[in-house]
Amino acid sequence: MGRPCAVVGIGQTKYRRQAVEQSLETLVRDAAIKALDDAGMTFADIDAIVIGKAPDALEGVMMPELSLADALGAVGKPIHRVHTAGSVGASTAVTGTIMVESGRYDRVLVVCYEKQSEGNATWALSGGRSGGQGAGGTFAPWIRSYISRSGAPEHIGWQVAVKDRLNALKNPNAHLHIADISIEKVKESPMLWDPLHFLESCPSSDGAAAIVLGSEEVAKAAPTKPAWIISHAKRTEFGSFPGRDTVRPQAGVDCSAELYRKAGITDPLRQIDCAEIYVPFSWYEPMWLEGHDIAPVGEGWKLTDSGATALDGSFPVNPSGGVLSSNPIGASGLIRCLEAANQVRGTAGEYQVDGAKVALGHAYGGAAQYFAMWIVSSEMNPSFT
Amino acid sequence: MTEQIPVAIIATAQTPSYRAYEDSEPTLIMGCVNHLLTETGLERHDIGFTIAGSCDYLSGFPFAFVSNIEGVGAWPPVYESHVEMDGAWALNEAWLRLQVGDIDLALVIGSGKSSPGRPLEVFSLQTDPYVMAPLGLDPLSLAGLQARTLIDSGVATEEDFAEVVSRSRRDALDNPNAQVSGDHSVEELLAEPYLSAPLRRHDLPPISDGAAALVIAAGDRARDLADHPVWIRGLDHRIDSHHPGLRDLTRSPSTELAAAGAGVGDGPVDVAEVMANYSSEEIVLRKALGLNGSTVVNPSGGPLAAHPQMATGLIRVIEVADRIADGRAGRGVAHASSGPCLQQNLVCVLEGGEPHGKGGD
Repeated sequence: MGRPCAVVGIGQTKYRRQAVEQSLETLVRDAAIKALDDAGMTFADIDAIVIGKAPDALEGVMMPELSLADALGAVGKPIHRVHTAGSVGASTAVTGTIMVESGRYDRVLVVCYEKQSEGNATWALSGGRSGGQGAGGTFAPWIRSYISRSGAPEHIGWQVAVKDRLNALKNPNAHLHIADISIEKVKESPMLWDPLHFLESCPSSDGAAAIVLGSEEVAKAAPTKPAWIISHAKRTEFGSFPGRDTVRPQAGVDCSAELYRKAGITDPLRQIDCAEIYVPFSWYEPMWLEGHDIAPVGEGWKLTDSGATALDGSFPVNPSGGVLSSNPIGASGLIRCLEAANQVRGTAGEYQVDGAKVALGHAYGGAAQYFAMWIVSSEMNPSFT
Repeated sequence: MTEQIPVAIIATAQTPSYRAYEDSEPTLIMGCVNHLLTETGLERHDIGFTIAGSCDYLSGFPFAFVSNIEGVGAWPPVYESHVEMDGAWALNEAWLRLQVGDIDLALVIGSGKSSPGRPLEVFSLQTDPYVMAPLGLDPLSLAGLQARTLIDSGVATEEDFAEVVSRSRRDALDNPNAQVSGDHSVEELLAEPYLSAPLRRHDLPPISDGAAALVIAAGDRARDLADHPVWIRGLDHRIDSHHPGLRDLTRSPSTELAAAGAGVGDGPVDVAEVMANYSSEEIVLRKALGLNGSTVVNPSGGPLAAHPQMATGLIRVIEVADRIADGRAGRGVAHASSGPCLQQNLVCVLEGGEPHGKGGD
C-alpha cells in the first residue's frame, strides 16, 4: 500500500569520542550535505525534513528542531521531530518513509544525531537519576537469563565483540578501530555488568547520519542506485509487567512478523542477504536472531558460533561494525537502516557483502520494548521463493 | 501531492487544565484514552496506529515519554510512535500514516505537566545553545520584544492586547476545561503593572497540566463510526529561522505558508482556534491566517485560559472539531505553534459534511 519509496542518498559523519570542533549545527549539516550530494540534490530540492535523536537532555537543547532549522535548510519548510528512545533512528527512517508513501512529499531529508560528549549518557539512560545502573545494568540480567535458557557457551559474547570490531576496521566512519582486537583482549577487559566485559559494550559517540528518501519518480531519476524500502514495521510494549518475556519480547516477535509479512518473506535466514541489527552489547546478536525469528529459539548462538554472521558468512550481521563500534545513540538506528541500504546499493566499500540484494535494518529501545525495522532491496518489487 | 484519502476526526477528549495535577501524566492520558474508547465503542486492538506528543524536559527526566505508554495501553504490543512536539504534530504524522492506505484508525495524544518545573527556565533551552541560551533569554522576554515590535511598528497597541485578554477570559467562562476565566474590562487590565513590558501578567498563559486525545478514521470507517465526522481538509506546518534578529517579528511567514498549504483561503472560516501563547501573538496570527471580522477566534478562551504544554495545540484542533461536529460551525481552522515568538506553526483546516477526495463521493 502507499507509494513506493527509496533511499536515494546517504551521508555520515566520522563517529568519534568527541567532535570537539563541531557545533550541533555543523555536525548535522555535515551528514545532511553528504546525503544530498549523494542524491545529486541541494537543500532547495527537499520538501520536508524529519529529525530524530534520543533525549534532549543528552545535549541540554530542548526541541532542537527549532535551533537546527537554519542549519538543515528547513526555514519555510516542514520539519518534524521523532523520539522513541534507542529505536529512534530507525523510527525516524520509518516516519520519513511514511511521509513519502503518503503521497504528500516527494523528497524527504532524514537526519539523526547525538553528541554524547556534551552530557553524561549513563545519567540520561538512568532516567536522569544519579547512581543509575545504565543500559548495561538493565540488560545484563536478561542476557544471563538468555544464557541460562539457551545453554550458550560464554565465548559467544566475546566472539560477537571481536567480529563487529574486525568489520569496523573496514569502515572508515566507525568510532572504534581496535587493530589488535582478539578474544583474549575482550576476555581480559574489565567486567562491567556480568557477563558483559568492557569490550562487549558499545562506545559513547558523537556523530550524525542522514538519508534522502525519494518517491518512485525521484528514485528512478537519481544519479545513484536506489535502495527500495519494501517493508517497515514498528511495535511497542510495556517495559515491565508480570510474566513479561524480557529475553524474547513479544513486541519484537510481532514487529518482525509484520515486517516479513509485508515484504513477502517466509524464510528470513535464506531470503535476506545480510542484516544491520542493533547490538549495543555483544549478546544481543544471538538474542535478536531468535527474537526476530531469524534463527529458531535456542539456536541463535549456534548461528553466531558457526561463523555465519561474519562478513564472509552466509548471513552477515553488522558488516559495518554495528553499534558495538559506533554509538551516537539517536543516530544508531538510522545508521543500521542506511548501512542496510549501502549493502543493497553496492556502496558499502570494504565491508560490502558480495551480491547483497535484500537487507534488514533494525533498532530497539527503552527496556527492549520499542522496535523499528525495515527491509531494503535493490529491486522495487523483489519476489521471494 | 497525490489525491488525499479523506480522513476525519471521529471523537475527542481533553482533561481540564490544572494548575498542578496531583497524579501522574499517564493518569491524565489514560482518562482521555478510556473516554475515547467508550465513546466510539472501539477496543484497544481496533486502533491501527497510536502516536503521542510530549516533552521529557517538562517532566524533568530523560525518557519521561516511556512511562506515558502506561496511559495508552501497550499489551498486547501496539504499533505506535512518539514526537517530542505538541500533539498537533502527532496528528500530522497520524494523518500522513492514514494516507498510506493500509490503516484506517489512529489514536493521537498530547500531554504535559508544566507544574513540576520552572517553565521559563526550561523553555529558554529552546534557544540556540551557543549564543542565546547562555544569556538566559526566556520565552517571556522574547514575547515582550515581539510585543514591543508590534507597537513600535504601529501594528498593535496595548489596548489591542488587553482586548484579546478581556475577550478570551470572558469566553473561557463557558469552557468547563478552562483554568483562567473572568469578566475584566480593558481599562481594568491596562491598570495592571507590566511583567515583561509591554506585556502584563494577564497577557501570559497560565502554567497548566493536562492532556488531550482524539481518534481519526479514514473514509467509510469514519462514516460508520461517527454521526458527524469532521474532515481534515488540509494540514501543513512550516518553520522560521531560530534567530529572532533574522525575523520580522510583526509577521509569521511560516504561518502564512502553512495556511496556504492547508487551504485556509479556499472557503469561509467560521471559527479559528489559534495557539497564541501571549495576547500579542493573536494579532500576528490573525493577519498571517488571513482572518477577517466574520471569524470567531478562540471561543474556548484559547491558551490564555488553558495551556497544558504539548496538548495546547491539539486542544485547538479539538475545540474546532467539537464546534463543527455539533453544528455550531461549518468550517474552521486550528493552529498550533512551537518555539519562541511563533517560530514553528501548524495549520489544520476542518470541515463537516461530506469528504472530498478518494472514495468520498
